[in-house]
Amino acid sequence: MWNLGGRSFGVATWLGWQIESNWADPFLFFIYSMLRPISGVMILVVMYLVVTRQATQTAIFAYIYLGNAFFIYVRGVIVGVSWTVIDDREHYGTLKYLALAPMPLITYVLGRGVAQLITSTLAVAITIGFGILFFGLPLGPAKLDAPLFILSMALGIMSLAFIGLFLAGATLLMARDAWNAGEAVSAALYLFSGAIFPLSVLPAWLRPVGFGLPVTFWLELVRRSLLGTGAAAFPTFASFSNAQLVLILAGMTALYGTAAVFFFLWAENRARRLGLLDQETLS
Amino acid sequence: MTASLALFLRTVMGRAYPRVVGSVRQTSDFLWETLLPILSLSGFVYVYRALNAPAEYIGFVVIGGAMTTFWLNVLWSMASQLYWDKDAGNLALFILSPAPLMGVLLGMAVGGLLWAFTRAIVVVGAGTLLFGVSFSTADLGFLALVFLVTMAALYGLGMVFASLFLLFGREAWHLSHLLQEPIYLVSGFYFPVKALGFWIAAAASIIPLTLGLDAMRQILFPGNLQFGFLSVSVELAILIVLAVVMIVTAWISLDRLETLGRKEGRLTERTA
Repeated sequence: MWNLGGRSFGVATWLGWQIESNWADPFLFFIYSMLRPISGVMILVVMYLVVTRQATQTAIFAYIYLGNAFFIYVRGVIVGVSWTVIDDREHYGTLKYLALAPMPLITYVLGRGVAQLITSTLAVAITIGFGILFFGLPLGPAKLDAPLFILSMALGIMSLAFIGLFLAGATLLMARDAWNAGEAVSAALYLFSGAIFPLSVLPAWLRPVGFGLPVTFWLELVRRSLLGTGAAAFPTFASFSNAQLVLILAGMTALYGTAAVFFFLWAENRARRLGLLDQETLS
Repeated sequence: MTASLALFLRTVMGRAYPRVVGSVRQTSDFLWETLLPILSLSGFVYVYRALNAPAEYIGFVVIGGAMTTFWLNVLWSMASQLYWDKDAGNLALFILSPAPLMGVLLGMAVGGLLWAFTRAIVVVGAGTLLFGVSFSTADLGFLALVFLVTMAALYGLGMVFASLFLLFGREAWHLSHLLQEPIYLVSGFYFPVKALGFWIAAAASIIPLTLGLDAMRQILFPGNLQFGFLSVSVELAILIVLAVVMIVTAWISLDRLETLGRKEGRLTERTA
């Protein structure tokens, strides 16, 4: 079972990469993968500069820049995993054959998201490099807390994959609105997770939404691991230690993971029973 | 001549009809198409609030966020449409029929414009209510004129894209994706385009929303005109030229690419 799951995950990863990248030569694909995220972060940079007319070596600039840079993962992984269902069911018409094959569909869906994880990693690295070079983003080995960074990245990426899996399960059952779901969840997370502004700026009644999201804690931990003590300058999580934040993120990841796996398996079973694995909803 | 004109107009109406009817038939689509821009623009509004920006910047974001509905409509429902029609097998039927393709494109534009307009109004209304934006209503007639000319140029550009996208295979999908954030950046959807410097703003003016958005902001927020790129009258004049150039270019390119497609047998190819 584990062997089969691992193999289907590996093959799905390879397939996902081929689908994502083989429409263009590598250089064009590289430009395509980088242009969108860099443009996204540049919008915020210009907004910052227009208003403040300041140097960019401030705590709020680093907060906004890093939050937006790492948010590239959120869209990439969540949409990457959940879009697999639509792509395979309606674009390629292969979901029904995959469901017939002797492999767990869940590992295939997660594997297909890895291609987006790879391109997102490249985009994040380039965006951060761009920030260091052109905007003096205060990052460096002296401030880096490598164990905290690795741990928070691992937990954060897992939690994103689980949110994507949950959405993939919902997509299996949705008729018309599935292809907006990933973008909508991503947009909501952008707003409520404090990715590009401290949560304290949100109205008080909206802040609890952010506290229920693993992305909020992941982004805070990533900032702290890269920026050191300066990252805790904003009041939202100032009273939390790194260890407390890691524990909260780990707990949320476990909770989201359990819920997502159970929900996906239930949705897959229901889609089989209702004959939804080959439905077409886009045309 | 009269018969040709009547056929052209019937084609425009026939192609616009499903878009106008479709814009109100599926309530959930309406919800998504207004909710997504509102969520996005809310994020940018809170960034400005975190930076203690002047109140008018919140208004810039609301107007820019509303204009994204038109840009997305042009990309996904104009530029990509003939490519999708080709993939679905409809393009060959359009060409076989006596309906002029330019009428089909114009119908798509008219229907799409009405579709996006309803979404934009809701986005502006929601943004205004949520964030307490106040606009100047002193020059609404001039605002309407600038808006209509901007839309003529913008949908003209969409018609040019539609014919160019016929050349593409799967690249069309990726190209539409690629033309989102980079255009939001260079056209100043969320900040005054003047901030990018004269030459970048001038180059970005090939996208009609750049000047249209700047002009509309100057009319709606007349208190601080220092953010304006050019004067509104100059921007309007350029937009009129752009509208004519885009529509003529679309006419020529559609004709040429249809001929090319016929010669190379690409009008019926499927890329999926």
